[in-house]
Order: sequence, then C-alpha cells, then structure tokens
Amino acid sequence: MNTLTVAPSPHVHGDDSVKRNMYGVVIALLPALAASVWFFGLGALSVVLTSIVSCVLIEFLIQKFILKVPTTVTDGSAAVTGLILAFNLPAGLPLWIVVVGALVAIGIGKMTFGGLGQNIANPAILGRVFLLVSFPAQMTSWPVPSSEVDGATGATPLGLLKESVKSGTPISEIAGLPSTQDLLLGSIGGSLGEISAICLIIGGIFLLCTKVITWHIPVSILATVAVFGGLLYGVDPETYASPLFHILSGGMLLGAFFMATDYVTSPMSHSGMIVYGVGIGLITMLIRTFGAYPEGMSFAILIMNIVTPLINTYCKPKRFGEVVKK
Amino acid sequence: MKKLESTLPNMVIVLTGIAIIAAALLGVMNEVTKDPIAAIEQQNLENGIKKVILGPDAEGALSVSKIDTINNDKQQFVVYTAEQNGKQLGRAVKTAVQGFSPDLTVLVGFDAEGNILGYEVLKHSETPGLGAQAPEWFKDEANHPKSNVVGKNPGKSNLTVSKDGGEIDAITASTITSRAFLKAINLEYNALFSSNVSTGATSKATPAVPETPVAQENDSTAVAE
Amino acid sequence: MNKFKIILNGLVKENPTFVLLLGMCPTLGTTTSAVNGLGMGLATTFVLICSNVVLSAIKRIVPDMVRIPSFIVVIATFVTVLQMLMQAYLPSLYASLGLFIPLIVVNCIVLGRAEAFAVKNTPLDSMFDGIGMGLGFTFALTLLGACRELLGSGNIFGIDLWSSEYGALAFVLAPGAFIVLGYLIAIVNKIRKA
Repeated sequence: MNTLTVAPSPHVHGDDSVKRNMYGVVIALLPALAASVWFFGLGALSVVLTSIVSCVLIEFLIQKFILKVPTTVTDGSAAVTGLILAFNLPAGLPLWIVVVGALVAIGIGKMTFGGLGQNIANPAILGRVFLLVSFPAQMTSWPVPSSEVDGATGATPLGLLKESVKSGTPISEIAGLPSTQDLLLGSIGGSLGEISAICLIIGGIFLLCTKVITWHIPVSILATVAVFGGLLYGVDPETYASPLFHILSGGMLLGAFFMATDYVTSPMSHSGMIVYGVGIGLITMLIRTFGAYPEGMSFAILIMNIVTPLINTYCKPKRFGEVVKK
Repeated sequence: MKKLESTLPNMVIVLTGIAIIAAALLGVMNEVTKDPIAAIEQQNLENGIKKVILGPDAEGALSVSKIDTINNDKQQFVVYTAEQNGKQLGRAVKTAVQGFSPDLTVLVGFDAEGNILGYEVLKHSETPGLGAQAPEWFKDEANHPKSNVVGKNPGKSNLTVSKDGGEIDAITASTITSRAFLKAINLEYNALFSSNVSTGATSKATPAVPETPVAQENDSTAVAE
Repeated sequence: MNKFKIILNGLVKENPTFVLLLGMCPTLGTTTSAVNGLGMGLATTFVLICSNVVLSAIKRIVPDMVRIPSFIVVIATFVTVLQMLMQAYLPSLYASLGLFIPLIVVNCIVLGRAEAFAVKNTPLDSMFDGIGMGLGFTFALTLLGACRELLGSGNIFGIDLWSSEYGALAFVLAPGAFIVLGYLIAIVNKIRKA
C-alpha cells in the first residue's frame, strides 16, 4: 500500500484528494436531502442514515475481517455510496431492504473487485438495480409527498406517463401529471433524492464550481436527452413527453450530476466522457420511451459503466508532439 | 487390436454402423415409453379440465372429449367438453399467448352462459416470484378478491387490468403477465362464444352464432388490447 | 490407477464446475432451485457414465477422422433415451428441466471427458471417471441451486426456512446465477489453496 512513488520533477502538489472530493459530493447533496426530508418526513432521514451507516460499517467489517487490510472508511467514499444509494430508494422502504442494498453495493459492487478505484460499476447503482430486480413490489411503492393520509402511495410522474401512454391516453389528458413547477420544487412521487430538480441543480453547480466534476458528462447526457426528447416531441407531442419533462423527472438530474460522474467508473479523457454521456442519454431515453420500465437512468449508467474500459481504449488523449497521419 | 485407419470405407462403415445401432436403440425406447408418455399427457389434461370445470377439490369422474380446434388470427384454441353422467357441465378452452416469456398456456372452463368456472395455467415460463404467481393469483378470493376471475363472465365484466380501465387487479409488479393472462381469457371467450364451434369454423369469427342469449347481448365486449 | 482416486479426482481435484469451468450453460440455467440442480446433475451423470463406457469400448474401431461425429451420435442417443425415460416416469422433473435435457448433448463435460479420459483408458476406469465427474457436477449444481433457492425464495429443497417475502428475487434470475457461481468458485479456490 504505502510504497514510495518517485516521479520526475517538477512536482506540483494540488490540494485534491479523495476526501475533499467525497465530502464535496456530500455537501452538494445536502439541499436535495433537505428537500426530501421536507416532503417525505423523517422516514426519508431514517432510510438515509441506515444506508450510510450500513455502507460504512460493511466496508469496515470487510476490510478488517475478510480482507485484513488497513481500513479506508474515513475517505468518505463508502458514506457517499450510502448516501447516493439512499437517494435512489423510495422513502418508505423497509430498513432491512436498505441494509441488503448496502451489502450488495459495498460487498458485491465494490469490495469484491478490490475496493475504491477497482470497481467496474458504480456500487450505489448496482445496489439499487439489485433491489429493484429483487424486491419489485417494495421498490416501486412510492410514498406521496406531504399527503394527508399516512402511508399513501402513488405513481411517479414517469410511471404515470408510461402507463397512460400504453393505454392510449394522450399526454394532455393524463390526470395528475405534475406541472413543471412541481417537478422543480419536488412535490412529486419518486425516489427519495430525485424529486427536487432545483436542489439537484444547485448541488450540481456547486460540484462544477468547486471542480469536483467537469461539465462534460452532465452536459452531454442532458443535451442528448433534450435532442432525442425534442425530436420525439416534435413528431407527436401527444404520445411523447416534452424534453423538459424528461430532464426534470425521474433520476435524470441525480444521475447526470452525481452518479454518472463517479471517477472510478467513468472514462478518463474528455472526449471519452462525451461519448459516455451521449450513451447514457440515449439508453435512458430508449428505455423511457420504448422499454418496459418507466425509468432507465440507473440501467443506462450501469451499462455505460461496463463499456467504460472500451471507451478508454478508443478515446485516448493525443500525445504531445504526435504526428498526424496523412 | 490396432486402431482402424481413417480410410473412406472404414469411416463410412463405422459411422453407418453407429447410426444404425443408435437408431435401433431409440426405436425400442420409443416403443417402450410411448404409452406412458401419452397416458401422462392425457392425465394432466384431464386433471386440468376437471379442475377448471368442477373446482379444485371436487371428486367424481368426468368424461372429457376434444371437440374442436379453432384457428383465429393465427391463434389456436383447443376446445374440450366435459360431461358427467351424460350431462354437459361446461367446456374448456386451451390457448397459448405471449406473456413476459412465450407460451403462457391457459386452460379455462366456461359454463353454458360464459361464466368462468375455473382456470389452470398449464404451462408457463414467467419470472419466478412475479409472473409465476399467475396460476394462483387470479383465483385467490381469500387474499385479493379484486383479482379473482372465477365466477365472472368476460362478456359482462371488463376483464382487463385496472391500469387499463378494467376490473381486475394485476399481479403486483407483473402487469405484462397479467395483461397476457387476461387477454388469453378474453380471446378464449370470444373464440368459444362468437364462432361456430360445432362445425369448426377456421375463418375469422363469424359474428353471431350465439350459444346463449346472454352471450349475444354482450357480444360487443371487445378485448381491451 | 486407483478407482477411488478417479472418483475423488472428479469430485474434488478436477471438479468440472468449480475447477474446469465446463458446462456453464446448464450450470447457470437450471440451478434456480436445489431440486432442479440435483436433477440436472444426475441426468448428466447418467449420460456421462453411459457415454464414457461406450466410447471407451469402441475407441479402437472408430477412425480418428470421424471421431467427433461418432461421439456426438452416441451421446445424443443416450440423451434422447434419458429424455424419453424422464418424460415417461419422472414427469414433474421433466416439466422443470425438459428444455435443458437436449442441451446435455453439447455439454462440454460429456465430450470433454470422452476426449480427455475415455479414449485413453479402459471402459471400467472410464465408468469410474464418469461417476466421479458426474457426482462432482451434481454436487456443484445442487450447492449452487441450494444457495440461489435459499437467497432468492427462502427455502431449500422446497422446505421453507423463512418467508419468501424476504427472498431477493435477483438470485433466482440470471444475474444471481453469475453472482453466486462467482463467489462459490472464489471460496473453492480459497479452500484449495489453503
């Protein structure tokens, strides 16, 4: 672990570290967390805390007792995984399912491959998709925000859209489809952390300003969705939702800013990042408009995570002084 | 003994020999197992028909005979009658539809008015834990009465999933299987009560050769697909 | 070669699933429950023993250039016989495995053992190799099936251990097969190296 690395001078030390970036992500997610506690109540907070604590604890236990290596839980990456995992779960989810998700995310998704920096797919998304496949009933009962009846569940805007379009109802006649304002503020059904678009945008801008992430991935994802959604909307606005609806609903913003940009599982070069972002945007829109599931963001990110090594092979940055082949 | 050389005559003789021995063995095995296999298939079908006509626990012999095969729109329906002591109790229809996986084969028993007496899923490869609940889900009055189809009449009730505006609650998280299952029931009902079964019409359903007045009144009930 | 050693070789040292990684298609496809795994394992064992004995017996009269077609015809014959027998006398097992039975023909274990063992050894030794390999395969499939059944639906051999509500469906589906197999191979490797 602690071998001395010697590189040729000059040496410039940046204040960049795993810790700084991870806590940057946590800070950026705080507004969205506040919004979800506001709308879903303390149930959301208990899911978030359970998820973070179990992720950190599981990583600690695995490193201490199974791998017998120095523990690295203080770098914050396990906590971020836990936080993002919780953001992808419905607020009323039974807590034991949250723990199973954390076990899959950290145990199977991260530590099996060798811990931070070695995992091929985003652990939080892996945990989420595993839960979605394993417990479809619980994972798709979305609590209605600030409803008067306790424990009432409803559909997500995307779920509503999918079912109505399937049964042939034109979009303008779908009852209960939220307005753009609702989508922005977050009084809609959905996963715990994805509901409030405005809080996620604030968090995303914070990450961009502090240079925790670069613009390439989020912008290429959102642009692809806007173009693809815009084309379909232009063809038939009664069957296909507007691009703005697609961007603001579901896990789109959460995914674009916080999940797709994971360093370990996204491409290294800027051109690669754009290929990766376009891929995520395309797959998401294909699943949303033509697939069986109403939302495809997590599947899209997972698929592109797996393709990332291939993108890295083909999108290498040019070497300085390289001669362009004639 | 030396190994045989790979000459053309050797190869032809050996391969032919092996093939003949294999064929002979298979022929013998086929003769031996033919009768038990046919008996088991017949038994399964009869048990299924008995269950869908008489109910799951009913005793008593039932004479079952296949009366017709209807082909509508590439969809094949096999129709059986069930008689007890010379009295016709009802008819059972078997068809296969595309569920979440292919070949969701549903056998449904109808009485003369078109009320569903019972159903059996004869064959399916739906997802375990989700669509695989179909064999029990739609007759489980005790646990989810809103999903029960037994006793209902596809001609009178809108037997589609509630998400599509129908009366039946789909299997949790398995709308596709539920849709397919209900589609099978509706198709079977239509095949049985809107086409001329006794002459085995192979063309598209002729509109009204009603078996009963009830069926005629409700003949317009479309399959909501 | 010691007969007992031949059996042990297939069961542990060269376990077809955990060590040789042969026959992955039925391994991943049929192991949704312990009973299915056991059934598939025993079915393959039957074919393996029969084909090993017969191929070892006829090895000298089969010219090299038509070796593979001859082997396949023999194996396919036994598989078809097995399929008919199962259909006639074990209909419930046939209902759950039926689709995978014909695939035993192209199971690498059967052809692999024919090529690697049967053509070089006596019919008696080949029979023991078939038994060992078959049991090793059966053991692996049953273990994999039991793990998936337990994690996915909360029972083992159909006996409820806890409510299926607490089962993670993903383990019954295809991804679970890969995940569980991966961990089982890792554990077996760890034990073998220790």
